[in-house]
Amino acid sequence: MIDERFDAIVVGAGMAGNAAALTMARNGMKVLQLERGEYAGSKNVQGAILYADMMEKLIPEFREEAPLERHLVEQRFWMMDDKSHVGMHYRSDEFNEERPNRYTIIRAQFDKWFSSKVREAGAIVLYETTVTELARDDHGWVIGVRTDRRDGEIHADVVVLAEGVNGLLGTRAGLRERPTADKVALAVKEMHFLPRETIEARFNLQGDEGVVIEAAGTISRGMTGMGFIYANKECISLGIGCLVADFQRTGETPYGLLDQFKRHPSVAPLIVGSEVKEYSAHLIPEGGYKAIPQLYGEGWLVVGDAAQLNNAIHREGSNLAMTSGRIAAEAIVQLKSRRERMTARNLSLYKKMLDDSFVMKDLKKYKDLPTLMHTNSQSFFLTYPQLVSKAMQNVLRVDGTPKIEKEKATVKSFVKARSWTGLIGDAFRLARAWR
Amino acid sequence: MKVESSVRVEDKLYSNRYLVDVGRPHVKVRAHETPSRQLKALLKACPARCYELNDKGQVEITVDGCIECGTCRVIAEPGGDIEWNYPRGGYGVLFKFG
Repeated sequence: MIDERFDAIVVGAGMAGNAAALTMARNGMKVLQLERGEYAGSKNVQGAILYADMMEKLIPEFREEAPLERHLVEQRFWMMDDKSHVGMHYRSDEFNEERPNRYTIIRAQFDKWFSSKVREAGAIVLYETTVTELARDDHGWVIGVRTDRRDGEIHADVVVLAEGVNGLLGTRAGLRERPTADKVALAVKEMHFLPRETIEARFNLQGDEGVVIEAAGTISRGMTGMGFIYANKECISLGIGCLVADFQRTGETPYGLLDQFKRHPSVAPLIVGSEVKEYSAHLIPEGGYKAIPQLYGEGWLVVGDAAQLNNAIHREGSNLAMTSGRIAAEAIVQLKSRRERMTARNLSLYKKMLDDSFVMKDLKKYKDLPTLMHTNSQSFFLTYPQLVSKAMQNVLRVDGTPKIEKEKATVKSFVKARSWTGLIGDAFRLARAWR
Repeated sequence: MKVESSVRVEDKLYSNRYLVDVGRPHVKVRAHETPSRQLKALLKACPARCYELNDKGQVEITVDGCIECGTCRVIAEPGGDIEWNYPRGGYGVLFKFG
């Protein structure tokens, strides 16, 4: 039984929760963090890419200590049809810098390390503890939590909800809605192990250089979705995700899609001979700006995936998580130092600070894209990839057909598939949503 | 869809680590005569294939292989078809890599 009172309770030890707990503990606050996993990371699933800039703001010297995989020097985007891919690759030696910008990581290992830093900073971290309910007073104010470990309540001035995409506590307490099937994607992933040298040879890498491949097209069978391949040191993270609403509508299976992606002729040679050591699945918030719920209230704040803070267009989530966690903590520290109470009115400082950060600015920029991609998924994920592939083959295959006829045939195939108004409309809608 | 039947999900789950909370499933299916559309969708949408039809055509769940993604919650909790909780602290899937 914990009968002492805390300045803050943090629910969850993912990127957002760890950032919040670390920041508050470092500022001398009495922090209790609760995590349901055996250790921090044992319930956390991500691709995963770590964004150094946001990590540096929390632990500047992380590069010397953290378990990192490879620093990224190359990004490949593949638009795929069943037999081919049209690629856009960017590789630069400038990414081989002293303080690289992005790394591949393995979350279970990284989060364990991150959590050790939170404990070093002075927070009390309890693992294997599931928070079952928020404790509230007669006025509905959040005053603490109940867990499956102890009788009674643990009290704190403020509760930071970093409970992840499923965010059971917040939805049960009516602080926000459960995510709907058109606002979350289900991604499945496998970890493919291969000797280090094999990975470096297959991906054209030297030393700790890394590469990311992102793929869209017929691999999602007309659903809104994406595949990914990340090179780690001795394994490859490979997965695919689509909107839950699309899985529900089509009856496609996640493992069926994953299997098909693995057998694609552009993918299969990269993983041939590998040993799969884990199969995982995770929901990803895809609703963007318009899906962000109420972020604060009387005695509580919500951060990270639980707050739907994910930039689906740029596939950035963990950086928004750790930034929102840090900013929430900084707002709380400010209030605490002024001896102000953790009321909704005072905690609105968090929202204000978040609005001024890249987190909300980026999400706002793409506020219309999630809907566009979803309502036009057939065109963007099936029709266009097939057309582009045909066009490329038409250009490259030398068969004695005059070039002028080849060009005409390509234009005709686009118009036939989408019509002129459809083509112009798609271009217009995409440009407007991107702007 | 024909290729799919060849995918053995149980082989995939075999590589995972679990601590099963015997006798205390964290997800339960509400008793029913005929399954709702949402419930039937779980037969295919669940990435760990935890949901199966029994002889009477009802949907049953075995949570031992659950990878705790929450997809079934998003699809079938709103209509009351399932009751969804996290496992007790320390139990359930234990990701080595995540």
